[in-house]
Amino acid sequence: MSRQELLNPEGLRIDGRRATELRKIKCRPSVLRQADGSAYIEQGNTKCLAAVYGPSEPRLKSQIMHNKANINVEISYAPFSMSERKKRSKTEKRILEIASAVKQTFEPVIIATLFPRSQIDIYIQILQFDGGTIQICINAATMALIDAGVPVTDYVCACTAGLIDSTPVLDLNNTEELLDSPELTVAILPKSGKVTLLQMESRLHIDKFESVMNLGTEGCQAIYKIMDKSIRDSMKDALEKMNG
Amino acid sequence: MNVQFLSPRFSHRKDVDVEMLDGNSDEEQELVTPNLSQSMTLVTPGQLITSDTQFMRGHGTYIAPPERMTSSVAGAVERVNKLISVRPLHTRYTGEIGDLVIGRITEVSQRRWKVDVNSRQDGVLQLSSINLPGGVQRRKTEEDELQIRKFFAEGDLLVAEVHAFFQDGATNLHTRNSKYGKLRNGSFISVPPPLVQRCKTHFHTLSCGIDVTLGLNGYIWVSKHITQSGEEIDPDAIYSNQNELIDDSTREKIARVCNSIHALSQQFMYINDTIISYAYEASLEYHVRDLRKPDIIDAICMEVSAKISLGKAGVL
Repeated sequence: MSRQELLNPEGLRIDGRRATELRKIKCRPSVLRQADGSAYIEQGNTKCLAAVYGPSEPRLKSQIMHNKANINVEISYAPFSMSERKKRSKTEKRILEIASAVKQTFEPVIIATLFPRSQIDIYIQILQFDGGTIQICINAATMALIDAGVPVTDYVCACTAGLIDSTPVLDLNNTEELLDSPELTVAILPKSGKVTLLQMESRLHIDKFESVMNLGTEGCQAIYKIMDKSIRDSMKDALEKMNG
Repeated sequence: MNVQFLSPRFSHRKDVDVEMLDGNSDEEQELVTPNLSQSMTLVTPGQLITSDTQFMRGHGTYIAPPERMTSSVAGAVERVNKLISVRPLHTRYTGEIGDLVIGRITEVSQRRWKVDVNSRQDGVLQLSSINLPGGVQRRKTEEDELQIRKFFAEGDLLVAEVHAFFQDGATNLHTRNSKYGKLRNGSFISVPPPLVQRCKTHFHTLSCGIDVTLGLNGYIWVSKHITQSGEEIDPDAIYSNQNELIDDSTREKIARVCNSIHALSQQFMYINDTIISYAYEASLEYHVRDLRKPDIIDAICMEVSAKISLGKAGVL
């Protein structure tokens, strides 16, 4: 039985990337007309679509908060997103956990006190899955929120980092995630460097932790530049059209 | 049924004089007022606008300690004397007092209605803020309260004016004017709110004989032209739900105007009565149904921008 080599002696991973290389990112805001804000993002083979509605009138009276807006996050996987077709219900425990993590990530970032008694809905759908759920959900939601004009204190950029054969690696894909290597997801606010999400479900030695976390943070900064450029380009386009 | 799959289209970007505030530089930026020159400074969330304490912060900004005014939305910086604000490109409608808006009733309560006005919260229309039928100004009675659905029921469209704001930001509407009230005999279309410009009046009649009511919240009502004859209006009919008879040619014109407005909103062009009439004239060579196709939308909007620039140059 041969164990698949995640990192070969030349330093290349199974998809040909180097250890500290991000997957190719393509992103675009304003892809859905009917939503207040939307974004489409691809990180390698993982593709995700996010839509933001709001701030708007809350649908359930029980969710009204008198002093700030209520934030609601829903994540779903398309049935064709994985290698095997499977309809995953929105109320599945794992998906609810990820949605709750995304909601907690954005709660300190969205300036919700500006909109009392309203609701901000964030709908995220994963169209193709190849590793890195939380990171792509957070990145897509950030772009969609900014596209919707919801005031946020900063971008939230997320990235995964792990350890393969004692080498810190950046942006794990599905194969690398499944093969038991420690994996860390970190989300930061790029301008201040503050961490708004840090999640790890595997074991990582404390000595290695710092290098992996730093690598993840650098990855986030790189992703921030790409997302910012995409938002600026789209703004330029829209302003051009508006001004004749 | 002919199903069409449209491939994604990418816009051709011309290089325009738009300055980008570079997010990386931390020095104080020289801000340019949009009124004075064509160039605008665009900022994204988290970007420093200025550290100078002499400026007051407006909408779209926040103070990151210790004294850095930072942008919270993606948009253009606007400066009026000492007030700096950032206007986001896409945002929900936030009204001013006196704005004309079109809304749809979502909820009926004991003495008021909740109206969807494309804003962050539903607007409120109180029973005391409407014109009661009977022609004479009178106080509302308990009978009126019990028959509140006779005036407006769920799903009705109305045109109203913003009267005031509640503390939490919800708008308080009123229809105390013969021009305001329930809408009939027409078709509804919704566009992004920033595209509707503020004019002296929002009730327009186009040269083709179709009325257009432009709500500042992005909701637009296109209807058959009603001749305003003051004394003959039946005062009890202001809340009637019956449409008048509308013939086929008027229906086609209404549909054409709606599709022209839709085309303008797709290309992010400003909307006022002159531009709508340009778009209507440009659309006359196409069949009404074809006006939703992307290439025809492009053609119409190019013609409209050509006419606008001719108009600006003073030729038309």
